[in-house]
Amino acid sequence: MPEPTTLSYLVVAALLFVIGTVGVMVRRNPLVMFMCIELMLNAVNLSFVALARELTDINGQSIVFFVLVVAAAEVVVGLGIIVAIMRNRSSLSADDMAELRG
Amino acid sequence: MDLGTDFVAPTVEWYALSPYIALLGGLLLLLLVGALTPRWRRGWYGMMSATTAGVAGVLAALQFADLGTAAPRTLVKGALAQDRFGLLAFITICMAVVFTSMTMADAAARSAADTAPRSTDSLEHYALLLTAGIGAAIMVTANDLIVSFLGIEILSLSLYVLAASDRRRAASQEAGLKYFILGGFASAFLLYGIALVYGTTGQTGLNDIGVVLADEVSVPRNDAMLLAGIALLLVGFGFKVALVPFHSWTPDVYQGAPTHVTGFMASLGKVAAVVALVRLFVVAFPSRADDWRPAVFGLAVLTLVVGSVLAIVQTDVKRMLAYSSVSHAGFMLVGLEAAGRIGSESASDGVSAALIYVVLYSVLALGSFAAVSIVAGAASATSLDVFKGVAKTNPVFALGFTVLLLAQAGVPLTSGFVAKFGVIRAAVSTESYVLAVLAMVSAVIAAYLYLRIMVSMWLAEPVTVAPRTITIAGRLTLGVAVVITLVLGVLPTWLLDLGDSLTSLVR
Repeated sequence: MPEPTTLSYLVVAALLFVIGTVGVMVRRNPLVMFMCIELMLNAVNLSFVALARELTDINGQSIVFFVLVVAAAEVVVGLGIIVAIMRNRSSLSADDMAELRG
Repeated sequence: MDLGTDFVAPTVEWYALSPYIALLGGLLLLLLVGALTPRWRRGWYGMMSATTAGVAGVLAALQFADLGTAAPRTLVKGALAQDRFGLLAFITICMAVVFTSMTMADAAARSAADTAPRSTDSLEHYALLLTAGIGAAIMVTANDLIVSFLGIEILSLSLYVLAASDRRRAASQEAGLKYFILGGFASAFLLYGIALVYGTTGQTGLNDIGVVLADEVSVPRNDAMLLAGIALLLVGFGFKVALVPFHSWTPDVYQGAPTHVTGFMASLGKVAAVVALVRLFVVAFPSRADDWRPAVFGLAVLTLVVGSVLAIVQTDVKRMLAYSSVSHAGFMLVGLEAAGRIGSESASDGVSAALIYVVLYSVLALGSFAAVSIVAGAASATSLDVFKGVAKTNPVFALGFTVLLLAQAGVPLTSGFVAKFGVIRAAVSTESYVLAVLAMVSAVIAAYLYLRIMVSMWLAEPVTVAPRTITIAGRLTLGVAVVITLVLGVLPTWLLDLGDSLTSLVR
């Protein structure tokens, strides 16, 4: 069993990021799309920590805290908007969001 | 053990930070006093947020004058840049908040006069305007990738809520959700780009990155990772600035959001995103200009052509102006492309041309969307038919709107011409002839769109005979936008003279 290196962490992070990206593009439920965005942000967090460890630089780790706060703020706003929509509609699907087009 | 002797308190440059403190202080005051007192009389919340932004704008203007041609410097340990490039954008942002506060109060008064009982004149909307202003102000002066990211998020989160703020219209909520999902998606790309650039250079300060990358010997030349980082940053900013092919959210969100919010997004959002993008590429990546310039070239070509061609086939005025704002972003990219010709003497012209373009465009956008808001009325009907014969019922108003539309088309003697002339001159003097020609062609195509609105206003028979009521706030916003457009169009000299001092960024 080889020791995991920084590169292994970066590869895992890249995979998670790609999974998140594909998820946003193929899933139709706004909640799931939103969860995929969170997955992308956490993939970036993983890369930040791995890179900070590689560079022996504490900044990269402290950045993660900022990103966590931003992600929390996004949850608040995102769920607020989704709840506001759910009050007016019975179902929630990106395909129903087709009033605006042209 | 005496701990006190080792501790050195950091010096806080209160004066240099005063514009930010004014914005933040006004916001906190509004939230706190507003929460503790019963509902204020209509218009007072707007007055408060307009005053706050006005004070911040004046403080920023004082700093702008003080700075003169002095060398730019950084504040808060290199987190913020203090230079004329950022301060001019800061002043524009404050102006956008002032005028949007007025148009927002105006829209609230109109919907209160309507049968719908739920007024939009609530404290939170104005607080969000100020929050967005702070985010944008941080973005335009940020000298650090993480500070810039935080600014983008503060701005974007406020704009998501503002876009969804009209609870009576399902379209507004749909716009909010679309903006939120795509904006969050873009932020993730941006952040991954930051992570990869940090991983390659070990720095997050823009000028630090520039220094590390300029020194080829000390760089661990991990170019694949760096280039991927730059590409991801470009994609992230491409969403925020609304560049083709990352523009798909723009028409839907611009159409669905309340009209005064649309004007706010088009002016303040554009200024913040474009200025941050230009600063990032010019300060942090000049030594990789040969790598990013072709990408910017391609985006500029697509944005110019697709933006103006799709604009002319729309039937809704807000969608038209949305695509026109996409095409305007293409012109700003022409400036950035010129700035990327590092070897050329005129490269810095591109920086000032892009800044002046976005500043002048933001005035036009504020005025135009204020005019659309007035014509649409409380029903928020914005199809082209609603504009029929407006000139017969409100001739002065129609004349003002016509001036703004002509300026967007780039007719001489308006600020739009000065802006377009600036970027095209920068493109020509850096021998970027293809882009210069394409920019001119796309200006001609887009002119058709503005003509369609003008023809509808002046030549068609009015649908309703009753003239539209225009409040003082509406008159003031439109009047100031028209005056700025004409004065800077006829006498652009002082603005162009600023050019050189605008381009000295913190490096």
